[in-house]
Amino acid sequence: MMAGQQALGEKADFAVTTELTVNGRSHTLQVEPWTSLLDLLREELQLTGSKKGCDHGQCGACTVLVNGVRVNSCLCLAVMHDGDEVTTLEGLGSEGTLSPMQQSCVDQDGYQCGYCTPGQICSAVGMLKEGHAKTEADIREQLSGNVCRCGAYPNIVAAVKHVMSMGQTEGGR
Amino acid sequence: MNNFQYVRAEGLDGAARFVAGHAGAKFIGGGTNLVDLMKYNVEKPSALVDLNRLSMRDVSELPDGGLRIGASVTNSDVAYHPTVSTHYPLLSRAILAGASAQLRNKATTGGNLLQRTRCVYFYDTATPCNKREPGTGCPAKEGINRTLAILGTSVSCIATHPSDMCVALAALGAVVQVTGPGGSRSIRFEEFHRLPGDHPEIDTTLTADEIITSVDLPKTGYAGHSAYIKVRDRQSYAFALVSVAAGLEVTDGVIAGAAVALGGVAHKPWRNSQLEQQLLVGKPANRDTYHEFQRALLVGAQGYGENDFKLKLAPVTVVRALEQAAHEGEQA
Repeated sequence: MMAGQQALGEKADFAVTTELTVNGRSHTLQVEPWTSLLDLLREELQLTGSKKGCDHGQCGACTVLVNGVRVNSCLCLAVMHDGDEVTTLEGLGSEGTLSPMQQSCVDQDGYQCGYCTPGQICSAVGMLKEGHAKTEADIREQLSGNVCRCGAYPNIVAAVKHVMSMGQTEGGR
Repeated sequence: MNNFQYVRAEGLDGAARFVAGHAGAKFIGGGTNLVDLMKYNVEKPSALVDLNRLSMRDVSELPDGGLRIGASVTNSDVAYHPTVSTHYPLLSRAILAGASAQLRNKATTGGNLLQRTRCVYFYDTATPCNKREPGTGCPAKEGINRTLAILGTSVSCIATHPSDMCVALAALGAVVQVTGPGGSRSIRFEEFHRLPGDHPEIDTTLTADEIITSVDLPKTGYAGHSAYIKVRDRQSYAFALVSVAAGLEVTDGVIAGAAVALGGVAHKPWRNSQLEQQLLVGKPANRDTYHEFQRALLVGAQGYGENDFKLKLAPVTVVRALEQAAHEGEQA
C-alpha cells in the first residue's frame, strides 16, 4: 500500500529508492529519509555549488530549483522529491558558457566573497520565472530570502535588473 | 536529527490509519517548519507520512460561492491564485507578508496552520519549556519575550502563533476540513487553534491522526475594503510583532460588516466576532468607532517586560488597519 511500510524498526531498511533528475542527469539512489536534498547534492552527487549556510532555511545559500521552482534545499527531505527535476547552479551554465544571470553577476560586480552567490543566482532565476517582480522594490522584497553578509545587495539588484531589461529567462527545471 | 521511517502515503485512509497505529508517527506537508524543528531535536518523529501525493493540490469554487483550498496547495500558489487575489486580497497580502519566496514555494496550506511557535525557549532544548516538555517551566515570562503574547496567556506559556496566513483566515471566517479514522468533520477557524491554558503542548483541536484536507473560505472576502498591516523588526522576512487583518463592508459611511483578527499577540489569531457585531456593525466608519472597538478587543492585555511595547502598538495598529480598510482604493 505504501512505500517503505515494512521497514519500521530496522535502520538499514529505512533507505528509500528515490529517482531524481539533477541538471538533466537521472539518478536512482538509496536515500536515508533524514538526508536533506542539500546534503544529497553536496555529499552524494558532489555538486558543491549549493552552499550550506545556516541549514535552517534562513539564509538562502542552498536555494535550488525543483521542477523550476526555487526552494531551500536544506529544508527538503530528498526522499520527498522522487521523480522531481532539480537544477543547481552547475546546471545553469558552466565556465566559458555562463547563463545570463551568471554573466550579469560578473558584469555588474554582483558579489564579493561569493558564498551566497549560487543561492542568489538560483533564487533570481526562479523569481524571473515566477514573473511577479516588476520594480526594484519588488526585486528586493522577493529576494529577501537570500542573505548576503558582505552587503553586495545594490550590485546583486543591478545584476537582476540587467537580466530583466534584456527580457531573458533561462532554463532550469 | 533522529532516524525515522519515511512513508509515501497513497491514500487518506491508509495515511491516517498508519499514524493512528504507530506511536510517534507524524504527517509531513511542505516540511519547512517540521524539518527545521527536527534539526533542533525539538521534533523527533518515529515515522513521517508524506501527504504530498494525495491530490489535495486544487483550488476550487464551492457551490455556495466560497472557495476550497486544498491542504497541499503551496502558500505561493494560494497568494497568486487569481480568485484569491481578486476576491480575497486580504489572504494574498497576509501570505506575501510572511516568510521568504523560497519558503512560500514549499510550505503548504495545511502545514501553515500547524506550524509551531518561534519562541526561542521552545527551540532551545537546553532550556525548560512547557510546550516542548510539559511541566518543565516557562523561562519566557521573565526572559526573552519581545515577540511573545500579551493576550490569552497562561501561567504555563506566553507563546505566539507565528503565522500571517492564519490571521487572514481567522478574519475571513475560514473553515478547516479534516478527516481521520473517526470520520470527517469541519472545524471553524476560531476553534481550530487553542489558548495554552494548562496544556501549551497542544496547539490545536486537531487529533494526532486527523489530516487537514482543505481550508474553505466563505463567499464574503471583503475585497475593496480590507487591509493587512504587519509591524516587524525589519521590512521583509521577519515574524510579526503585531499584525492586523481587517475587513469591512461600508454603506454610506456606516459599517455593514466587519472582521478583525490580530497576529503576534496570542497563542492563536485573536478575534472576537461578538465585539465586531456590538461595536463596529451599524456604527459610523470613523476613528472614534475604531478606538472604542480596540479598547474592548484588547481588554486584559498584559506585558511581560520586553514585549510591553505591544500594549501600545496593538491598539494603534488595529485603528490604522481599520482606517486603511475603510479607505482602500480612495485617492489620497
